Amino acid sequence: MDLLNISSTALYTAFILYLIATFFFGATIKDKQTDNNKKGFSGKIAITLTIIGFLAQLVYFTTRWISSGHAPVSNMFEFLTFLGMALVFAFIILYAYYKLSFLGLFALPISMIIIAYASMFPTDISPLVPSLQSHWLYIHVTTVALGQGILGISFVVGLMYLIKEIDQTVKSKETTWLEIVMYILFVFIGFIVITTSFNLMNYNATFEYGPGNRTVTTDYHLPAIAAPTNSTLVTEDVMQPWFETPEWFQGEDAGRKFNTLIWSVITGTIIYLITRLILRKRVGATLQHLLKNIKADLLDEIEYRSVAIGFPVFTLGGLIFAAIWAEIAWGRFWGWDPKEVWAFVTWLFYAAYLHLRLSRGWHGKKSAWLAVIGFGIIMFNLIVVNLVLAGLHSYA
Amino acid sequence: MKQVKCECGHVNPLGTVLCESCGKPIEENQHIDGNEGKKLLNMRYDGTARRSKTYNKSIVDRIWSFFSSVKVGVWLIVLALIASMIGTIFPQEMYIPADAPNRDPAVFYESQYGVLGLIFYQLGLHNLYSSWWYMLLIALIGVSLVICSLDRFIPLFRALRHQNPKKHQSFLSRQRLYSETESSTDDELNMVKKQLKIRRYNIKETEGYLLAEKGRFSRWGPYVNHIGLIIILIAAILRTTPLFFMNEYVWVREGEIEVLPGSNGEYYVENKDFIFETHDENDERFKEALSKEGMVASNYQTDVVVYKADRSIPGEEPELEPIVEDSIQMNKPLSFEGYELIQSWYQLNEFSSMTFKIHETSDADEKSLGSFTVDLRNPQPEFELDNGFKVVLDQYYPDYYLDDNGIPASETNFPRNPAFVFSIYSEGNDKPEVSFVGIGRNIDGTGENNYKLGIQEFEMHDVSGLTFKYDRSLPFFGIGAAIFMIGVIQGMYWQHRRIWIHKRKDGSLVMAAHTNKNWFGLKKDIEVVTQNTNIKMVEDQQELDEKDK
Amino acid sequence: MSLENRKKSKKIKKRNRLIFRSIILVVLIGATIFAIVSNSKADNSIYRAGDSAPDFQLKQVSHNNNLENVQLSNLEGKGVMLNFWGTWCKPCEAEMPYMEKLYPEYHDKGIEILAVSLDNTELVINRFIDKYDLTFPVLHDTTGEIRDLYKVGPIPSTFFISPDGEIKEVVNGALTLEKLERSLQSILPE
Repeated sequence: MDLLNISSTALYTAFILYLIATFFFGATIKDKQTDNNKKGFSGKIAITLTIIGFLAQLVYFTTRWISSGHAPVSNMFEFLTFLGMALVFAFIILYAYYKLSFLGLFALPISMIIIAYASMFPTDISPLVPSLQSHWLYIHVTTVALGQGILGISFVVGLMYLIKEIDQTVKSKETTWLEIVMYILFVFIGFIVITTSFNLMNYNATFEYGPGNRTVTTDYHLPAIAAPTNSTLVTEDVMQPWFETPEWFQGEDAGRKFNTLIWSVITGTIIYLITRLILRKRVGATLQHLLKNIKADLLDEIEYRSVAIGFPVFTLGGLIFAAIWAEIAWGRFWGWDPKEVWAFVTWLFYAAYLHLRLSRGWHGKKSAWLAVIGFGIIMFNLIVVNLVLAGLHSYA
Repeated sequence: MKQVKCECGHVNPLGTVLCESCGKPIEENQHIDGNEGKKLLNMRYDGTARRSKTYNKSIVDRIWSFFSSVKVGVWLIVLALIASMIGTIFPQEMYIPADAPNRDPAVFYESQYGVLGLIFYQLGLHNLYSSWWYMLLIALIGVSLVICSLDRFIPLFRALRHQNPKKHQSFLSRQRLYSETESSTDDELNMVKKQLKIRRYNIKETEGYLLAEKGRFSRWGPYVNHIGLIIILIAAILRTTPLFFMNEYVWVREGEIEVLPGSNGEYYVENKDFIFETHDENDERFKEALSKEGMVASNYQTDVVVYKADRSIPGEEPELEPIVEDSIQMNKPLSFEGYELIQSWYQLNEFSSMTFKIHETSDADEKSLGSFTVDLRNPQPEFELDNGFKVVLDQYYPDYYLDDNGIPASETNFPRNPAFVFSIYSEGNDKPEVSFVGIGRNIDGTGENNYKLGIQEFEMHDVSGLTFKYDRSLPFFGIGAAIFMIGVIQGMYWQHRRIWIHKRKDGSLVMAAHTNKNWFGLKKDIEVVTQNTNIKMVEDQQELDEKDK
Repeated sequence: MSLENRKKSKKIKKRNRLIFRSIILVVLIGATIFAIVSNSKADNSIYRAGDSAPDFQLKQVSHNNNLENVQLSNLEGKGVMLNFWGTWCKPCEAEMPYMEKLYPEYHDKGIEILAVSLDNTELVINRFIDKYDLTFPVLHDTTGEIRDLYKVGPIPSTFFISPDGEIKEVVNGALTLEKLERSLQSILPE
């Protein structure tokens, strides 16, 4: 299992490199020459580190592929890490063109959150069920991830645009919504923090519950606030659950996921409140001054271009390749499975974005909000659809 | 009807925003594109008259202009988007889990999701995607697609085909990228031209006016992709007809031949073997995952023979001629003569035969006095045993259960839980003993039986569920999707760049430029072509920050 | 160009535009209606009242008449009640006594009952016939071909066929005695 060790070390290395690169991108603030092609020293180091990090992640990807015998895009952990990688890839391409260091300062943390989020899911190499045993798995999933990664950049840039442009001197609807977006990012961080903490403590509580005649056990690695529906706690000397998960949570192991969500929200809220206490102003307002040297026009253009580039890729991977595979595997290219519906919703949404922008002149803030919402829909499809709405894609 | 004559002499159709020839803004129409009071011109559709904005007479024209509005189109998209989301709140009828206590939608939604579920069901949202109103919504998007495209493509095509390099000063100065250079030489202009040609710009010149243009074909992208979408919608309509689409299911037991439904008795399929395999628990790679998740299937496969049947009338014993022999696996469907067979479901372990032995009730060792085998696919009514015993099969329940009245019955047609009533005639005895035998059941009819039956051995078989279909609309979907992709790539990955240069007699030079996207790239182009000249770099006159209020 | 001519050409243009737009709108609306209607019909191939009943031939399991096989077209001139059933199906079982009760009378009046069993084994059918002393022909659809031919969904499903071979009525689900009698009346030969 040496190869597998190399693989996970490589992923870890990539993560650390992205982290360091983010600091170097941060250091470019002092350069104050954002519209200039001549980059400072720190900018060069930053992009070099990013590229090395990306290469390390490629090492992770290939070694894992070799050791498992199938492309590592078959479960939630593998898919999300690949999405993080696609986001970095899209960033590197855009950087080569626009030479915009600040993009790295925002894109890399988002990518790191995604990768860290990914590693909270089981990282074991799992065998493929028959429906996944197809070359279309790699073709479909990698194209989707790449499309989503590029669209992710439009989210990052749209967010930067909003942070820069929204007037933070007065409290308004816009500042509130921007804070909500920031808060959601904190919830993700909260998820990572709380899961890592209890994992380090090796916390475990086992529940038994029976759908029908079978009895299933599930292991909680966080203290149970919400127990699985109709379950009994088996482990002793652990916290008793406060209530049971409502029955309409459909996905596999819904109780545990719901419990994790509760913990993430609690932890995220605490971290957010502490941050606000320290900063003594809105998070958006704090970040605003970082962006004062960037041209809003350029952000607007990058945001639009990444949608323009990502939309065809997403269509190809998320709808066309998906349909071809579904036709081969299930004999129907479209079945209105929740995941499919949400891919269609995503597609309609970005189609509306493009029409509003091209024909109705929605530029600037309006368009930036749309870019943020669009990525929200993508993440919804990735997380909520898997958590709450069961379907054919329940594996990832 | 008034046409607008521009000062350059060109007569423009009503509703024109920018003169088709010289580009001079037509004063009273600036509101159409929202240029009023703005410094910059709005260049969408190159300021041509979109027909629908101009006429509003008959009903036909009114309907036309309604659907020709992009605003209406976007609203339809948003409605379709919201409707699609709503349909995923609870599972659609076809995704009601197989293990649900009651799969009847009238019961399922209310019992699972309470009042909200009941409302979901009563509004018909459990079949949302095939409801008439959802289809209507999608169809209206299609209508909007056709009309919007026609209304915009034709004038835009004309405008871009007959471009006059000679543009009015107010057109140039109100472009986003603009510069004025006080003096320039012909050499400099020639250098610029040379550079533009290297960068594959097409150059058109008249009277000291120059137009350099590149990537115009990207402007057709939206219309190409809309054509692709329309083909997809047409394919979807075709698919609703039996000529293009047929979809049936069939269950075939191992060793049996079934007619393929929907083929009008033309094809039969034989299930030679159904193979169900799981991943090896000892596989080093998957050891950990398998120990957590338990058994994971690795293969579903049916080895089939497809026969072509020849018979004069349905139901007659057909003559079968094998045409294909192959294995069907998940992700590897079998195609033959325009049809497809797809591995879809399976049912493991139905009983195919059972062997019983007779022994004396009092015999603790259960020594066999004789045995017989019941073929569950075609059971004999009587069995003569070697020892002279006779056994009559009085009743056979393939899938035994006790009904509401406590009477033995069969729940299905399939030998999943077989049970039997036997009459045993011992040698020379014409008064039978009655026994009830099933899996884990052995009931003595009278309680005084001398002989007892025991299950000695049994054989089992699997059942394979296959989808049998044809979908002749697929090529149309494929063509539509391909055209759509070509269209979006053409429209999104290329840009239409135009640079206008006007060298006045006094040597001063005006440069303006426009692109539909990637201004950054256009600026880089201009930077390169004006290198080593005194021609001033264009200035970006747009301030987004001002525009957003 | 004179003013007159210009006006004229504009009129023609306008008329052409109206025709062009009308045609396109008609095509689009037509396609929409077609799509919705053709989708709302759950299955285009299901037989309805008024269709002619497709011919078939099946092996007879019961021994109450001498024929080994029964062919629908040989029964022309008689009204035919074509019933699809199975021994495991409780509602099917419930309506069998009604059929048996009315059979002698209506058989004399020129009606034949064909009960097509979808069971897997002949044994269970025979035991069932013995249990209810069925006298009408019971047929066995071993491969499910006739079930598919008539697009039978859940059973029981009954087709009442007129003497000239036209499906008069399709009943999906159980029959009551009264309902059965009324339906049989409707397919009596003249």
